[in-house]
Amino acid sequence: MRIVLDSEACQGHGRCYALAPDLFDADDDGYSVLLVSGEVPPELEEAARLAADNCPEYAISIED
Amino acid sequence: MMTVTNDSIHTAGPGDLGIDWATEFDHTQESYAQNAPAIWDELRERCPVAHTDAHGGVWLPTKHADVTAIAHDTENFTSESVVVSQFKPLGLAPAGFAPPITSDPPYHQSARRLLLPAFAPKVVNLLEDYVRECCRSLLDDLLAQGTDVVDAATAYAQHIPVLTIARMLGLPPEDGDRFRTFIHRILEKPGQYTDQIAPEDTLVHYLSEIIAQRRSEPPRDDLIGFLLEAEMDGEPLTNEHVFGTIALLIIAGIDTTWSNLGASIWHLAQNPDDRARLREDPDVLPFAIEEFLRFYSPVTMARLAAKDTEIGGCPVSARDWVLLTFPAANRDPEAFERADEFIIDRQRNRHVAFGLGIHRCLGSNLARLELTVAIDEWMKRIPDFELADPNPDAVRWSTGQVRGPRELPIRLLRTVEA
Repeated sequence: MRIVLDSEACQGHGRCYALAPDLFDADDDGYSVLLVSGEVPPELEEAARLAADNCPEYAISIED
Repeated sequence: MMTVTNDSIHTAGPGDLGIDWATEFDHTQESYAQNAPAIWDELRERCPVAHTDAHGGVWLPTKHADVTAIAHDTENFTSESVVVSQFKPLGLAPAGFAPPITSDPPYHQSARRLLLPAFAPKVVNLLEDYVRECCRSLLDDLLAQGTDVVDAATAYAQHIPVLTIARMLGLPPEDGDRFRTFIHRILEKPGQYTDQIAPEDTLVHYLSEIIAQRRSEPPRDDLIGFLLEAEMDGEPLTNEHVFGTIALLIIAGIDTTWSNLGASIWHLAQNPDDRARLREDPDVLPFAIEEFLRFYSPVTMARLAAKDTEIGGCPVSARDWVLLTFPAANRDPEAFERADEFIIDRQRNRHVAFGLGIHRCLGSNLARLELTVAIDEWMKRIPDFELADPNPDAVRWSTGQVRGPRELPIRLLRTVEA
């Protein structure tokens, strides 16, 4: 599984780093920062889906 | 026992009032506020972009797709005013009265960036202990009344955001009653009080005095102190900018959070299964808070059409008002599975209670903190409760663009000593 963050679309809603703190962090302005480089470790796949499914801006996409 | 999990149960349904919601709605009237979710559902089916001649002409989109498109389209829709009233501002661009909420790009970006770090989660979460202390103290007072019926709105929910924003700004917490009066006039009855208020009893006067006083004192480490020292694009902020931003932080953070918290308690009072779930499964709380935000979204924003344009195929003229009906978008079955059901552990929840696009609610992290702590502390001290009046429609919902119960009599069924 690969995960992609569209930083242009991110508006800092903060859902991803609340739901998947091992995959996302907040920068000083509250925008999302992706902590993994593309490939999601198997144990974090569920968290990745949760983050993608809760982004109001559809800024996170998952490629299986 | 009567349980209500959606808003289809009403003493008077929206179709029984003799009002054609597609052409005659008025969001400042009680008939709309009492029935809003059912009105949105009806309109989404038969006329998804409604219009009224009230307030100089207002459009009401009810579909998630249309609300999303408007929120993202800052070319065709300006934020020059975000509260519908008879008064349409002209010439306030690009800053608007209360930057950054009333600002358009590119000015908006600088004005917002200035504030973002103060509302980022790592900073806001430092307030958790303070918010928890406030909630506990309010619950101590509320239970010390010794009555079996308490008002969850006036004795609990309304105080939490006031105490929190006063703390952040560095204003006296006892000024909270005045804040709520200012906000009531601006948000619930826009334009209706203008002739009746003494000048010294206005938000303008209150803030002018505060700012003058603070400028004469050594700088303090709070948000007002920050704004007085801040620079934007290499220049100190103008007095108007400082004034407008403080006004925004007072106006935007109080009724909104109070409304959602009150609605959440109203819901829990009617749904014993959801109360039990919160008591027995602490992990569900973050999901419950998001579902409260989706199902009882308090905030509808507004825009003015910047030019002749369209919404979902309906032609809209320049300077028409447009409501950004985030609460209606959050109940659109095209965007949410089982949209009309409250599902306390909903896993897929892209709700738009805090808006979308560049104006995403600046205080969303603060609101989430307050809501989470306030529900958590309430459930610990008052694990079981019900509506004092078993008819859920006995509760009046506030009119205007922020919708929530302003009074909420609750019967205590079980309480826990601190």
